[in-house]
Amino acid sequence: MADLAPTPNRRDWFAILLLLALLAVVPPIAEAVGQPFAIKVASRVVVFAIAAVGLNLVLGFGGMVSLLHAGLFGVGGYVIGILAWHDFNGEALQLGPFAYAGTGNLLISLPLAVLVSAAAAVLMGMVSLRTNGAYFIMITLAFNQMLYYLGVALQKYGGEDGLQILGDLSIAGLDPSKRLVYFYVSLAALAVVMVLVQRLVGSRFGMVLRASAQNERRVKALGIPPTRYRLTAFALSGGIAGLAGALMASGQQFISPADMSWVRSGDLVVMCVLGGLTTVWGPVLGAALFLLLELGLSSLTNAWQLPFGLIVIGMAVWLHDGLIGAIRRWVQS
Amino acid sequence: MSLPLFLEQTLNGVQLGVMLFLMSAGLTLVFGIMNLINLAHGALYMLGAFIAATVAEKSDSFLLGALVAVLATAAIGALLEVALLRRFYHRSHLDQVLVTFGLILVFNQVTQLIWGAVPMRFNLPDSVAGSIELFPGLNYPVFRLVILGVGLVVGLLLYVMIMRTRIGMWVRAGASNRAMASAIGVNVEMVFIGVFAAGAALAGLAGLMAGPILAVQVGMGEPVLILALVVTVIGGIGSINGALVAAIMIGLIDTFGRVLLSPALGSMVIFLAMAVILAWKPKGLFPVHG
Amino acid sequence: MRRLLLAATMAAGISVSANAADAPIKIGFISTFSGPGGVLGQELLDGFNLGLESTGGTLGGRKVEVIQADDQAKPDVGRQLADKMVESDHVQILTGVNFSNVMLAIAKPALDAGVFVISPNAGQSQQAGKMCHPHYFSTSFQNDVPAEAIGMYMTHKGIKRVYLLAPNYPAGKDSLAGFKMGFKGEVVGEVYTGFTQLDYAAEIAQIRAAKPDAVYFFYPGGLGINFVKQYAQAGMKTEVPLFGPSFSFDQTVLPAMGDAALGAYASAFWNEHYDNAASKKFVTDFEAKYHRLPAPYAAQAYDTARMIDAALKSIGGKIEDKAAFQKALETVKFDSVRGKFRFNTNHYPIQDYYLTEAVKDDKGRVVMNMKELIAADLADPYVQDCHMPAATN
Repeated sequence: MADLAPTPNRRDWFAILLLLALLAVVPPIAEAVGQPFAIKVASRVVVFAIAAVGLNLVLGFGGMVSLLHAGLFGVGGYVIGILAWHDFNGEALQLGPFAYAGTGNLLISLPLAVLVSAAAAVLMGMVSLRTNGAYFIMITLAFNQMLYYLGVALQKYGGEDGLQILGDLSIAGLDPSKRLVYFYVSLAALAVVMVLVQRLVGSRFGMVLRASAQNERRVKALGIPPTRYRLTAFALSGGIAGLAGALMASGQQFISPADMSWVRSGDLVVMCVLGGLTTVWGPVLGAALFLLLELGLSSLTNAWQLPFGLIVIGMAVWLHDGLIGAIRRWVQS
Repeated sequence: MSLPLFLEQTLNGVQLGVMLFLMSAGLTLVFGIMNLINLAHGALYMLGAFIAATVAEKSDSFLLGALVAVLATAAIGALLEVALLRRFYHRSHLDQVLVTFGLILVFNQVTQLIWGAVPMRFNLPDSVAGSIELFPGLNYPVFRLVILGVGLVVGLLLYVMIMRTRIGMWVRAGASNRAMASAIGVNVEMVFIGVFAAGAALAGLAGLMAGPILAVQVGMGEPVLILALVVTVIGGIGSINGALVAAIMIGLIDTFGRVLLSPALGSMVIFLAMAVILAWKPKGLFPVHG
Repeated sequence: MRRLLLAATMAAGISVSANAADAPIKIGFISTFSGPGGVLGQELLDGFNLGLESTGGTLGGRKVEVIQADDQAKPDVGRQLADKMVESDHVQILTGVNFSNVMLAIAKPALDAGVFVISPNAGQSQQAGKMCHPHYFSTSFQNDVPAEAIGMYMTHKGIKRVYLLAPNYPAGKDSLAGFKMGFKGEVVGEVYTGFTQLDYAAEIAQIRAAKPDAVYFFYPGGLGINFVKQYAQAGMKTEVPLFGPSFSFDQTVLPAMGDAALGAYASAFWNEHYDNAASKKFVTDFEAKYHRLPAPYAAQAYDTARMIDAALKSIGGKIEDKAAFQKALETVKFDSVRGKFRFNTNHYPIQDYYLTEAVKDDKGRVVMNMKELIAADLADPYVQDCHMPAATN
């Protein structure tokens, strides 16, 4: 890993607030110029931003390159989908001795989605954290593929075709498939996640995490077990990815194994690197850049992968710290 | 399962494994020696297949196609190293992932623009297109035996070259301590270009060998990339014999997994195997020093 | 009060269409243009554009604007594109979708927004049965049926023992389920392989050991190329004949399969040697323009464009009158490349299936030769689950 991530400070809080404010005014502006579709684009950016911010907790601050996060994203989405399916079809979900009727109420299923993905992250993290470096990357990839094939195997819930949510979902009485509800609920989630992660990396926990990424031996010498901190961060990060997946499933009323592929995991990593690994808010920029570029270029030409790839290469060559590095240099000049 | 079937499946597993080794040899070389994660390895494999198919179909000579493909991918590899990738030796693995991720997109699109989206014809010469009877009741495709042979020869050559020759010594010296190697007169820059070109050529060779059996189409590199990464890591990054052992193991596990287990388990069995092996041996089966 | 409202609505309707008659019809064309599936989007678009050309660049006499986009075979990307086309571009028809999982993500939201969704390829069963919708039409087929036709043919020919293979996903399962409906003999093996699997040596060895009379497989695209090539190289081609659906043996994969495909059989409702005036013109024009032979995807898309044209012509081009357009589509008559074409009550086609065989033509290319009729007027089995609701938008 490169330099130790700098301690978060007041400028970071300012950046976070600014980003949230800018996002918050997208809907009124979109309505005003008669482009309500922009709100859906912004919602997609926000949801991926949540996943990317969660990933960056372990990636940028913990030095752990995880290719598991699309899988965890999918776990969260499938929790929402499966519970809604059982609710809609009037069939109870049998988990061993427990039978649960299912629900479309997001106030129940969203926290459940976060818990299940965090639990999955803990289980897989426990095994993965026995390795490091490139081996860690590969074992997280292996676990991601297992989750993906699990999704494909669940023929009852659509298998490769994906799971459609045909029933009604509600969050505090509101319909999350409605454009504005989806956007503002997701934005609220992003705000909560960014504040949580920012406080975490600025705390003693965060310091131990960042120090472990930099020099594990020294941390151990101080009598602190780095693995425990790493595993906790991994669990939180996984829960956040699951939250993002749950929100996406609620908003588009659909989740499929394609949302869990290793290519998606790679996309999330790219979003973090493009935005900048050293802050909490960098990945938000990275997600926006990645998704808007993809949408914009593919509207122009079917050969969009060529300019997209060239731009990514160019950014890798010239912007060493991603967009954040570029912004910092521009602010300082 | 009858004995002849069991033997045939074992042979299938070993042959699949050797094909996987051929696909991973280039990756493990570059990764192990230069500590560079090259996700564009799958793209070089794809180019090898396309170039070989084009030349072979036009000239009616598989060997000519193979020769041109290997030289071309080596040249492309050298060009990539000099123009772009050498800046990334000292950057983090993440930055390497980013730039080679971009390369995948570019290569896939350029291939589609040049050759079109329709999968290409790549036929075998009649001499190797059929099967031979290995023993009564077992007909085996000749070309798969050729792949088996080529893979083992490549493995042997690589091992001998790296461990037993002067060039190999330079390569290992440059890998472990660049400054020191430079100081004693090793031209590290040339060595690295050579290693990368060799890695690319190996990827191209794997592509042209697999092309006649598999579909030659845009995006054919990505599934192979994943398998190559799995093999490289299980074997131990940087270890050629580790990659061979891991590849054959994976080939056997995958083959028997598919015929004995349910479809869902069969698809994920190699990833299960990787997770189990890494949990037991976190640095792979034959870890090279540090 | 009610009569006043009715009069007002009618007046509004008339004034809208008077202005709208000049506005171009907007069609959203979402398909897969990148990655391994890219060849299919290209086929569909080429066929659709040729179909538009054949109607003089207009549909129902009105100008057309086709907006295309790449779904990358990812359902959520397809969904985003559909949202864009519906809300930003205000398309009236969405078509082009190739893969079932993308269609499932797109269909309901687009239909809820009042857009007509016409599938030129995706053949999932949901929209044929429980989820049928007044504005959803398929000009291709439903996944179970081509397989059922092969099953019927094999039963008719007295083939007793069959080995089945497909990838482990809904279209694969649908296909084998359809086959078993038409086949009355013994299934000696039913294998579902991984969707990203490249090498079939192990499966081929199992087939050889089971000694079936024939093999029926469903492997789309590159998977099919892999399987057929490897099957031939293992010497199985002459031992156990191969049967597949038409899209495992069409011009998007036959060039790559080459001689390995010779002697295999497929069921098709159309192929490049179909003896019918519209089809002959289509193949000639396609080859002249695109320098290759068309596959059924292109034929389906060609038919789609011409079908929309015929339906619109019968209602004076007024696509804005959705009820009329729906009725026009349901009863449409046009020169299909398939000869006769009509929709079932669930808006999926009822069509004839023929046996085809892979042979070499006089130019040395591998093509499918039309042989005998297997079954006429074959409908899908899900139509009984469809209780077509009345349109609400």
